[in-house]
Amino acid sequence: MKLSTYNFLTSVAIKGVKVGFPLKLTINKKEVVESEFNPTFVERILPKLDWSAVYGAAQVAELTEDIPAVQPENIVENELLLQKLHHLLFEIDVLEGQLECPETGRVFPISDGIPNMLLNEDEV
Amino acid sequence: MARRPEHSAPPEIFYNDDEAKKYSTNTRIIEIQVEMAERALELLALPDDDESRLILDIGCGSGLSGSVLEDSEHMWIGIDISKSMLDIAVEREVAGDVILGDMGEGMPFKPGTFDGAISISALQWLCNADKSYHNPHKRLLKFFTTLFSCLTRTARAVFQFYPENSDQIEMVTSQAMKAGFYGGLVVDYPNSAKAKKYYLVLMTGGSAELPQALGSPEEERRVNYIKKRDACREARGKAPKKSRDWILAKKERRRRQGLETRPDTKYTARKRSGKF
Repeated sequence: MKLSTYNFLTSVAIKGVKVGFPLKLTINKKEVVESEFNPTFVERILPKLDWSAVYGAAQVAELTEDIPAVQPENIVENELLLQKLHHLLFEIDVLEGQLECPETGRVFPISDGIPNMLLNEDEV
Repeated sequence: MARRPEHSAPPEIFYNDDEAKKYSTNTRIIEIQVEMAERALELLALPDDDESRLILDIGCGSGLSGSVLEDSEHMWIGIDISKSMLDIAVEREVAGDVILGDMGEGMPFKPGTFDGAISISALQWLCNADKSYHNPHKRLLKFFTTLFSCLTRTARAVFQFYPENSDQIEMVTSQAMKAGFYGGLVVDYPNSAKAKKYYLVLMTGGSAELPQALGSPEEERRVNYIKKRDACREARGKAPKKSRDWILAKKERRRRQGLETRPDTKYTARKRSGKF
């Protein structure tokens, strides 16, 4: 699972959950996968991201030095920051870990890089 | 015709390791899947500006339709209920991220995430109740409402699916409209038993026209019903004999020839009464 996907995942499908975002991420095993840097796509995806979740992901991935805590102005002109964002969001692959719902504490395991968002009968 | 897979078992059981591997290595299946994915991407009607977009692939399986999205330079996130299929996707090292999840439980994504959504051969599984607490209508509604919220404004969702009968089509489309979608069904090659394909095209906003289906007859090929044979002659440019138009044309011709001709009146071409 890429950290960009983590930024989009919620547990809103669980009964009783209103927002379910951001999920608490725990990384037990991760991998760095090289991919081509596309500044245009990073620019386009930024409005969809929640910066606090991006920074939270950076903290869990131990990359807090690269990402500022508050979203800076004119990110588009900061090529270096765009590259670091690309590395954080698209090149870090979480293989083992878990996602926890902030409202119910429900844990979704991540195995082989695949988050398991299946729910039980009483949660639907 | 082979038995429908949704009658055999739920999708997470039907697509076990053997079936998933078989599905992903059969060249005929791969060919059809890619063809349908390309058509679905075409129906998505994304703006032609060479921009990379984030697409949701519902029922992505082993990533066959995701490959089509990759070839079109799009980013994609896939969700499927079959762990075996997703394992093959990971094994193939697909570019998109894959998530294990049930369509009928709702899409676990933030609002306004995706620029579009496609689904190949997955929606019909929602029409069956595989567990005692499953209600197909409720599951479809939950799926469509959560999908509606995680699409951006003006985004589209295109589903290729295999409806068992018209009741299933009605159930699917009514739940989609109830969730807030516009759109309808596009049937490619409706007259062919083999090539016929159903695409549910859903739009989140605006009043765009439904796209044209492939292979539908362009024009009428039957002879129009004609009550009178006389009307045929007008097609040749001549009025029927003894009619007023015919007589007027005759008198005009005689005037051009310089012959003596009586003037046209309102009585022209009328029958004489018995008095004469």
